[in-house]
Amino acid sequence: MAERFDAIVVGAGPAGSAAALTLARKGLSTLLVERGRAPGLKNMFGGRVYAWPLPELVPDWKKDCPVERIVTKETMAFLTEDASLGLTFEAPRTADGRGASFTAIRAKFDAWLAKKAEDAGATLVTGIRVDDLWRESGRVRGVVAARGDRVASDLVVIAEGATSTLVRRAGLKADLEPREVSVGVKETIELPPETIQERFGVGEAEGAAQVYAGQASLGLRGGGFLYTNKGSVSLGLVVSSEDLGRKKIPIDEVQTKFRMHPAIQRLLKGGKVVEYSAHLVPELGANMMPRLVADGVLVVGDAAGFLINNGYTFRGVDLAIASGIAAGEAAEAAKAAGGMTAANLAGYEASLRRRHVTTDLERFSRAPLYLKNERLFDVYPRLLIDIAERVYRVDGTGQPRLMDVVLDGAKSGDVPTLRLLLDLLAGARSM
Amino acid sequence: MTAATVPSGDRDRPMRIVVCIKQVPKAEELQVDPKTQTLKRVGVPSEINPPDANALEIALGMKDAHGAEVVVLSMGPTSFDESLERAVAMGADRGILLTDRILGGSDTVPTAYALSETIAKIGGYDLILCGEETTDASTGHVGPGIAGHLDIPQITYVSQVDLVDGKVRAKRTAEDGTEWWEARMPCLVTVNFGCNAPRDPSLTGKIRVKRGGLVVHWSCADVGIDPKKVGLLNSPTIVAHVDTVKLPPRAGKVYRGEPRDAVRQLLEALLADGVVPR
Repeated sequence: MAERFDAIVVGAGPAGSAAALTLARKGLSTLLVERGRAPGLKNMFGGRVYAWPLPELVPDWKKDCPVERIVTKETMAFLTEDASLGLTFEAPRTADGRGASFTAIRAKFDAWLAKKAEDAGATLVTGIRVDDLWRESGRVRGVVAARGDRVASDLVVIAEGATSTLVRRAGLKADLEPREVSVGVKETIELPPETIQERFGVGEAEGAAQVYAGQASLGLRGGGFLYTNKGSVSLGLVVSSEDLGRKKIPIDEVQTKFRMHPAIQRLLKGGKVVEYSAHLVPELGANMMPRLVADGVLVVGDAAGFLINNGYTFRGVDLAIASGIAAGEAAEAAKAAGGMTAANLAGYEASLRRRHVTTDLERFSRAPLYLKNERLFDVYPRLLIDIAERVYRVDGTGQPRLMDVVLDGAKSGDVPTLRLLLDLLAGARSM
Repeated sequence: MTAATVPSGDRDRPMRIVVCIKQVPKAEELQVDPKTQTLKRVGVPSEINPPDANALEIALGMKDAHGAEVVVLSMGPTSFDESLERAVAMGADRGILLTDRILGGSDTVPTAYALSETIAKIGGYDLILCGEETTDASTGHVGPGIAGHLDIPQITYVSQVDLVDGKVRAKRTAEDGTEWWEARMPCLVTVNFGCNAPRDPSLTGKIRVKRGGLVVHWSCADVGIDPKKVGLLNSPTIVAHVDTVKLPPRAGKVYRGEPRDAVRQLLEALLADGVVPR
């Protein structure tokens, strides 16, 4: 006799654990299966969690959630080979407020959330890869793991992340294409907490989040990020896999150059690289979404392409958690309605809209296309820094007015003025 | 699948295989405490003693082929649950840990006695499988000791076990070849390290472990073990001295260039040092 559950969640990342926690809390017998030796060990992200969905899932989350630092300082910067031009926004924030965010380390954060799911009654099994859905006469009956081992369930929640094989096996999505994904790399660099506080100008529990465009990605579509943890800094890049392939540049070379940039080196001096990781990042948002609901199947988190990169905020974990909660609620409703059919599970998509998951994805669905504009990553950062160079240069050769410099820069650049204006307009609308 | 039945028993039932396992520090993580000169066992990653895992794989293979109940047995602290649970997740039916403070410091003599008493308590056994030896002590005493206490036949250093006409037929590795031995059941077999590839735990197996209740703890009193026969004081082995081998310093010289030239240079250097005879 096969083991049996009401629901099996495949993947114990934020989406899967949130789904399992919600399912278990609603009284469904739930199995949470994770491929890694422990939750979080195989998972990767830039470094920041927007906290808004956490209170609903874990009301007393602040008690033991492994927060590294509350983000109080946001910086957006453009880089050329040796210069940087940045804009910093600083405001006191606490973990309480809506809109608050914090940096985290996945091995700790994911383990914490999976433990919450276990505490709610879900059965967590790690170190097991699920190979396929168990289907019989067109119906999903559970999952198939290594050596044909089958476990039965009425519902399978696919929370496998960006490279999910089950969404393809379930026929909900075709194979990934290079244009749909970027490559993310990250180095974790150890630094004493006091050094981090000094260099980034933040308090003991506070942290900085910085995004970089231009030379950070060697002008390829994409950008760099830097997040401060308690005793380390996460430095990485997300770069178009299409561009990497076309230019034949290995991602680690881009990352090394980024790390060696004088503006970055200054921040990391004396630090030790203790970890290197890489992962695919779903990029096309609403344009690459698989079917989210099928008979006996729901798709959550990165597996569903729930990631928003609009150039100034990178969101994944919050959307993952919100989608997990939505999936759990939809399953409860479907069970009450008599079974996990696609029709009974349809509440999932309504719930995603109510939580602004799919609506935000749709709102920024043009951002990826806009970000495909290569001028944004190469020409404009140069132009802006060139303007800054001339504005701040006093060398006795006659100082120009700000307006003259800007108009001059716009005219003399590599881009016709009309093109520039159109890009600006397109950017403002899509971002 | 029809279960193999046991001819010697008083009733038809699936055969019962008891596999004795020990939890040992992972071989690549071995550390010797410089003060006590004994192996560090706390705070180092552990595993099922590799030859025991090979014995377990033989038992699980027989269960797949003929049907059998596989009981894993270990003696040690409660941290050994980790290995018993892994064995159940691999496919064993249940696990028993003989755990008691008075067993602390037991060498192979009390261990063989205590395990044999526990196996007698389990009862109804047809086949007992042990690893040929443990990677942390390498004595190879315990398996044969158990067979002696239980007064049953034993076949040591075995790489393959078949059931033929209700008897065990085992392929035994001898120093100068291979021997085939046959024994009536119940009997004990010790299994060669590396004779098979132990399977990974399965999803179903891990779920069974999580559901709980499959690994139980027995004390000496539960089994009826004589406290005067176990523990450090009743162990005849005395560890007089342990040496850790210090690796000599390495020259760390790297010969570069064309492989042919580099090899010639290396050979010259080895000849000059007298490492390779001329």
